[in-house]
Amino acid sequence: MSETLSPNIVKARSGLAKRLTGSDAIIIYILVAVIIVSMISVRFFASTLTVGFLSIQVIPILLIAMPMALVIISGEIDLSVASIAGLTSAVMGVLWRDSGWDIGIVILVSVLVGVVCGVFNGFLITTLGLPSLAVTIGTLALYRGLALVVIGDQKVANFPKELNTFVLSKIGTTGIPVVMIFVVIIIAFFAVLLHFTPFGRGLYALGFSKEAATFVGIRVGQAKFWLFVGTGVVSSIVGVFLTLRLASAGPDNGTGMELSVIAAVLLGGVSIFGGKGSIPGVVGGVLLIGVLTYSLRLAKVPETALIIVTGSLLVLSVVAPSIVSWARERLRLARVHRVVQQTSSSGSPHA
Amino acid sequence: MSIDTARPPVHTDHGGPLHAVRGFFRSREIPVAGALIALVIITTVINPRFLSPQSVKDLMLNATIVIILAVGQALVIITENVDLSIGSILGLVAFGTGTLFNAWPGVPIPLVFLGGMLFGAVLGAINGFLVTAAKVPALVITLGTMYIFRGILTSWAGSKQYFSGDNPKAFGNLSVDVFLGIPIITIVAIVVVIAVGIFMHSVRAGRDLYAIGSDRDAARLFGIAVGPRVLAAFVASGALTGLAGVLYTSRYNSVGALTGSGLELDVVAAVVVGGVAISGGTGTVFGAAIGAVLLSTITSSLTATRVDKFWQQAFVGMLILAAIIVDRAVSVRNARKLRVSESRDV
Repeated sequence: MSETLSPNIVKARSGLAKRLTGSDAIIIYILVAVIIVSMISVRFFASTLTVGFLSIQVIPILLIAMPMALVIISGEIDLSVASIAGLTSAVMGVLWRDSGWDIGIVILVSVLVGVVCGVFNGFLITTLGLPSLAVTIGTLALYRGLALVVIGDQKVANFPKELNTFVLSKIGTTGIPVVMIFVVIIIAFFAVLLHFTPFGRGLYALGFSKEAATFVGIRVGQAKFWLFVGTGVVSSIVGVFLTLRLASAGPDNGTGMELSVIAAVLLGGVSIFGGKGSIPGVVGGVLLIGVLTYSLRLAKVPETALIIVTGSLLVLSVVAPSIVSWARERLRLARVHRVVQQTSSSGSPHA
Repeated sequence: MSIDTARPPVHTDHGGPLHAVRGFFRSREIPVAGALIALVIITTVINPRFLSPQSVKDLMLNATIVIILAVGQALVIITENVDLSIGSILGLVAFGTGTLFNAWPGVPIPLVFLGGMLFGAVLGAINGFLVTAAKVPALVITLGTMYIFRGILTSWAGSKQYFSGDNPKAFGNLSVDVFLGIPIITIVAIVVVIAVGIFMHSVRAGRDLYAIGSDRDAARLFGIAVGPRVLAAFVASGALTGLAGVLYTSRYNSVGALTGSGLELDVVAAVVVGGVAISGGTGTVFGAAIGAVLLSTITSSLTATRVDKFWQQAFVGMLILAAIIVDRAVSVRNARKLRVSESRDV
């Protein structure tokens, strides 16, 4: 009975409507609303300076959030990202101080650190089949520890001045940092990879059900392996960026960033169960936390309230969908119930 | 009749003493305990002063807080959840303890412990309620509450700190006085480990937690009240974290806005090293406690053997990885054994 009824009663939402009411779209609406409210009510928010400061601040999290989104969509997690950034920074500092190489080569070798770290994570997780949460808690400690081994408690700060000014330089008078161009390229790369390639589409299947993904011909192990290499490389790039921005290489660069990144990714509508999420949503999530933090800070809201806001947003973002789906289910049941009653009361004599 | 005698004799010694001994050596705590003993022996050979009474006392004091936290975390991880907010809960309770002593200097000390555990239990209940009501992985919820609790603490504490000198002498003495050579707060930790260990091993509700962790749906079908049990695990973890927070105030010099931050991953690491699988359903609180002792002892033993202190964290990382790999190897072997014995039964 209900089998024949339900397709008529519960109309499938069309593609566009679905896209406009999805959780990632909602995040973007909230982001726009926050920006508008801030522009109206917070002094000095509506200026090109805002764009500059804001971008420089969110770039590290924005960058790492890209591969992290892919990792979480495929049903895994990587907690070692901030430690990889720290290790990269340490290696970069020591190489620059001791090797006498050109800064370009130093940066290149430093990014290789991320490749190696990612390969190691990927090997443990895909080849040995260990749980990624446990493995990356281990490598979180290991890579941060190696950073300490490499550089000790010293700082290296004599990087070429031009590089620091380059990192902080803006495109004309727009206030947008030049490095933002690279960031946009990286975001575009991951967006295309996730949404428009068989590999990316496969990640959703992978996160949804590993067995099913294997049956439809996705090389589960290989796909995951490359994802962890991806987070490694991007984390290293962030390590280089942080080093140049702060003009200082130390073992503690980026400490604690892993949880901020994951918070932003989840806020952006990626499901921790895997199988759900999108790059625009993640970008929205990162920017929402960034903009909110920045504008509250401008409005002289104490720093401590900001942490509460971040945490509450995260909890709300995961609790709200459950409440919505619970309400939707109730409505659907009520509707089905009504229709069933109608059909039975209108009477079908041949039944 | 003849079929019976043809059966392999393996099945006849199920409850026998041999089986118990074999089970003991196959348990997941043994490799961890072995590593701990090896660590202590090697360190002592290199530096005999490592086992001097004062040094042993310091070892025990350092391990106390993490042991209690690890026991609480183990309860949660066994149900296939995780609690990342314990660092913030510990900070809140520790600062609350300092505040309480400041406001009411004559407060009876047992009341302080009770209050701290209650405070922790309430915070744990918030986690547990959100996790069970929203049906979202605890990782996300407790990541959120980690920030929220920390934010509440920082706005409450500001730049204020309470120092051990502000507390009553008797309270501070809990971390100084010894009974049979063991500091009082360490005795508290040992009692906690034994009590929770027995509970998890022999009490119905404790076994339920394992059932939930190994297969939630099956546990539900079996009639276990999954939601209330998971909630209870979070409340218990919160209460134990509260206890650790009170002890922290007794043990350490100062408590403030940053107290306990970053502790969560250390504790999860200790639990994992102790053989509690992150995927739930296996491991014991004894293992978790040994893992905690091992991790806190490594720090001291690296110092005692004059290994470069910068290697410390890298060692911890390698240890965690080694623990997971061993754990995996054991479970693969067990699965194969199980398959073989099942096919024999058919």
